[in-house]
Amino acid sequence: MGNHDGADVSMKRALAAIAVVIVAGLIAFGVLAWRSAIAPIARPDPSSFPAVLVARGEKLAAAGYCASCHTVRGGQPFAGGYAMPTQFGTIYSTNISPDVASGIGNWSEAAFKRAMREGVARDGSHLFPAFPYDHFNKLTDADIGALYAYVMTRPAVSSSEYKNTVPFPLSIRALQAGWKLLFFHPEPFKPDPARSAAWNRGAYLAEGLSHCGACHTPRNVLGAEKRSKAFAGAPIDNWIAPPLDKTNPAPVPWDQAELTAYLGTGVSRYHGTAAGPMAPVVHGLAQLPPADVDAIATYFAMLNGTAGKKVDPAPIIARALAADRNGTGLTYDPAARLYAAACASCHFNGDKANPLRPQLALNNAVNLDDPTNFIQVILHGIDAKDGAPGVVMPAFSRFSDADVARIANWLRATRTDKAPWPDVEKKASAIRAQGSERK
Amino acid sequence: MTITSFTINGRAVRVNLDDETPLLWVIRDEIGLTGTKFGCGIGMCGACTVHVGGRATRSCITPIASIDGAAVTTIEGLDPAANHPVQKAWREIQVPQCGYCQSGQIMQAAAMLVDFPNPTDADIDAVMTGNLCRCMTYVRIRAAVRQAAGEMAAGVVPTAKVKA
Repeated sequence: MGNHDGADVSMKRALAAIAVVIVAGLIAFGVLAWRSAIAPIARPDPSSFPAVLVARGEKLAAAGYCASCHTVRGGQPFAGGYAMPTQFGTIYSTNISPDVASGIGNWSEAAFKRAMREGVARDGSHLFPAFPYDHFNKLTDADIGALYAYVMTRPAVSSSEYKNTVPFPLSIRALQAGWKLLFFHPEPFKPDPARSAAWNRGAYLAEGLSHCGACHTPRNVLGAEKRSKAFAGAPIDNWIAPPLDKTNPAPVPWDQAELTAYLGTGVSRYHGTAAGPMAPVVHGLAQLPPADVDAIATYFAMLNGTAGKKVDPAPIIARALAADRNGTGLTYDPAARLYAAACASCHFNGDKANPLRPQLALNNAVNLDDPTNFIQVILHGIDAKDGAPGVVMPAFSRFSDADVARIANWLRATRTDKAPWPDVEKKASAIRAQGSERK
Repeated sequence: MTITSFTINGRAVRVNLDDETPLLWVIRDEIGLTGTKFGCGIGMCGACTVHVGGRATRSCITPIASIDGAAVTTIEGLDPAANHPVQKAWREIQVPQCGYCQSGQIMQAAAMLVDFPNPTDADIDAVMTGNLCRCMTYVRIRAAVRQAAGEMAAGVVPTAKVKA
């Protein structure tokens, strides 16, 4: 009995100790998670912002693609409601128009800056990292001020509340403090004195405002970017954001000139046309001064190892043009015949590569490890407002999954030296089921 | 449903239709230009070929929402007097038999000659294979494309606004 009593006492003590630890932990977490509200302000008079500042903010907002996520298709700019499917549920973007009730009309510049830098809303609640504050924290005060001036001078749009489908308990915003503790290590952008001014400017834009890693860097199970795999490529919004590092499989290396052309115009003569989620990116970057686009290209040319190396594309293009003849002329191969009837009229190039006749042997989508982007483009086409302005690729959605796979596998085999794609037909069926995301 | 604005043969058009409505239906049924033909409906025969931004495009599989802001040219707008070198060659060589595929053939050929001003027979075959002719006039189609190329090379500039 005595033994039992002793056990009871030590059990009670242990439980009490555990309870104290839990309570202390909760209090500590509460202290960590607690962020105060920043006092609301009266909506600033739009005329109180200098026009020059607003104009600068407009360009920055374009190059940060604010409207891409904070606007629904066909909706009022910056009114939010854009659905972002994540593995944790669907998160809807917020209204960042200066409407007082449903937007950020009563946010002071300090509140705006805290949201951009720390992912905390004016009322003190934590924002989900679907909002890339893990990139925007690198922005200078001046750039954040210009963005504030721009959004606060847009028309105020009233919207209803958007209900995220993130399930309990993940929906508890305070838990985001834990996520931040684990994964969010904000540091202002520090220029690297060993690098050129252009490289530093490119790094600032790519890592901060234009948040390239938000799509191109793979994420861990908790949705944080894997720093060790920066720019290694990742699936995003039912597309593949290709690797931007040395592992990019394009036959002609993405050197600075190609990167500049692609980012500035939406078309690279040796890689293809921006499509899917990349289309708004090139339109946004096109608003920047050409030197800024070139700076981003400088940054990625260094990252992917093409900087300072001259690769003559001529033999690679000659091989591609030779491969291009496969499937033209009389053939009884059903895949080649499908290509001749459906693809060659636009993609066949003869003896020189025309950027508006994208050379499939050189094309990024054909050379990626995953056929997703290729299938997306076959089934849904490319809009006049995507990469090459005013030009479309029609949507071959009437092709069966088997025919999509036939074309894909045949091009992969005849146009590249890469391993065959597995399960293209199944993938085609899955991508078809997701439907078109026409912007 | 979305509002799509574009131009057709230089005229501004606005339509409010389901996003996936084929451009061909809009051209024929909403706008009333019937020179562009329906063939297979799956982008495999070329009868519905028009120009979007100067590029030959199969209108039967082009969703209307995808052409917002673009410039569409149909056979009716290729040349104000129907005297594009390809059209002239078509008449002179008497290419068509039943004629059903010819507006698509002509639009494809006209766009092709911008990219291939001096096409080889292999080029013509590779690019034009997507345009079927059930009357089998392929030999004359090829001859007409070559003749038009010759005329264009000799300095007769087509009046259509074909952008490179």
